[in-house]
Amino acid sequence: MVVDLADAVVLYGNYPALAGASLAVEPGEIVLLQGPNGAGKSTVLRLCAGLVPLSRGRAVVLGHDVAVDRQAIRHRVGLLAHANGLFLDLTARENLDFWGSMVGASSAECDEAMTRMGLGALGARRVSTMSAGQRRRVALAGLVVRRADLWLLDEPHTSLDERGRDELDAVLREAAASGATIVLASHEVDRARRLSSRVVTVTGGRIVP
Amino acid sequence: MSRPSTGAVALAIAAKDLRIEWRSRVVVNQVLPFSGLVMVMFALALDDDAMLQRTAGGLVWLATLFSLFLVVQRAYAVDTQDGALDAMRVAGVDMQAMFLGKSLALAGQLLVLEVLLFAVAMVLYRVSPPTEGVVLLVTAVLTATAGLGFVGTLYGGLIAGAKGRDSLLPLLLLPVVAPVLLGATRATESALRSGGAVVSEGWPWVAVLVVFAGVFGVGGLLSFGALIEE
Repeated sequence: MVVDLADAVVLYGNYPALAGASLAVEPGEIVLLQGPNGAGKSTVLRLCAGLVPLSRGRAVVLGHDVAVDRQAIRHRVGLLAHANGLFLDLTARENLDFWGSMVGASSAECDEAMTRMGLGALGARRVSTMSAGQRRRVALAGLVVRRADLWLLDEPHTSLDERGRDELDAVLREAAASGATIVLASHEVDRARRLSSRVVTVTGGRIVP
Repeated sequence: MSRPSTGAVALAIAAKDLRIEWRSRVVVNQVLPFSGLVMVMFALALDDDAMLQRTAGGLVWLATLFSLFLVVQRAYAVDTQDGALDAMRVAGVDMQAMFLGKSLALAGQLLVLEVLLFAVAMVLYRVSPPTEGVVLLVTAVLTATAGLGFVGTLYGGLIAGAKGRDSLLPLLLLPVVAPVLLGATRATESALRSGGAVVSEGWPWVAVLVVFAGVFGVGGLLSFGALIEE
């Protein structure tokens, strides 16, 4: 099992962002988390990435306990959060080269990711001068470079135009076909449903299968 | 895909920070003029050549410390403005490498600043090191800069995600860097032979700076990851 959450509780202060969430995700699945704002979708993704501490319950990701061995998990997951995680004063290509150098990706792999996300002509452009959609593409290219076993995507279609959304969906299908597991939260429900192999609803910090 | 070595990651992070500074010119356009102005204000406030020559070392290091806060805040602002710090955590970036890389970039920027401040002091305060004081001065500058790089990176990381971090940083950092101010000032005064000091008196203060850099270098390597996680 790639993700195994059992009665997981995550507290932000006294507020339970997750109030006993349980979720099991098998290898190669594309699972859509749907639900209203504040339901806990982003927290599920952040918990799986080891970014928020587990208060109670169990959270095992890629065979490692989130509370015990976050670093082993992080070497195998890729997270696209609301923020893009980019350096605004660097160019698109410099950002990608930086993220590639953090995970040991080659220059050729960065080239391939740039092309894959339609960034060929934008490589030398500073990120601060790019539109929101173009920045999202750079962030997604950074994720492609990771070649993660588990992709965690928070509103990945946000800011992308129709062509960008199609390209992203193709990349995700390709990744799943090559063995990666994908968990995404999206308000683009129709598109995300077509992409996903399973849909679960998050509400009030709990997951309804 | 094999993970890169700690050294390679540290160099990539240092290069990234320096490249961002080169592009944005925040240190060049804002911090350098600020520190230059501080030096001029000291000269106006004291308005006494003999006093300025005697206190030149301390004034240079005070101006450096004031500027340190701005440089450290900037070093973390570029990592937090679009969530890159979280992205580095999720990417499993080696936090010891991050500490070393950011310390290296910070020390590099401080070094440029200090060279310019000493140049300003030579012109405004009319001080210059005698030949026998040059080695002491260079050693003191390098060791103090290493200590400030380590401690600035450590405390910057500590408050990177905190509310009110802009005002919190000087409050936390100023007491901690007092030994650097003291050691670097005394060593610089000896190197410049200010107020009748002799060069040999400066070396024990360099030892203080070495110990400070060692403590915060090792302490940072051991604790930086945990601080960033919290």
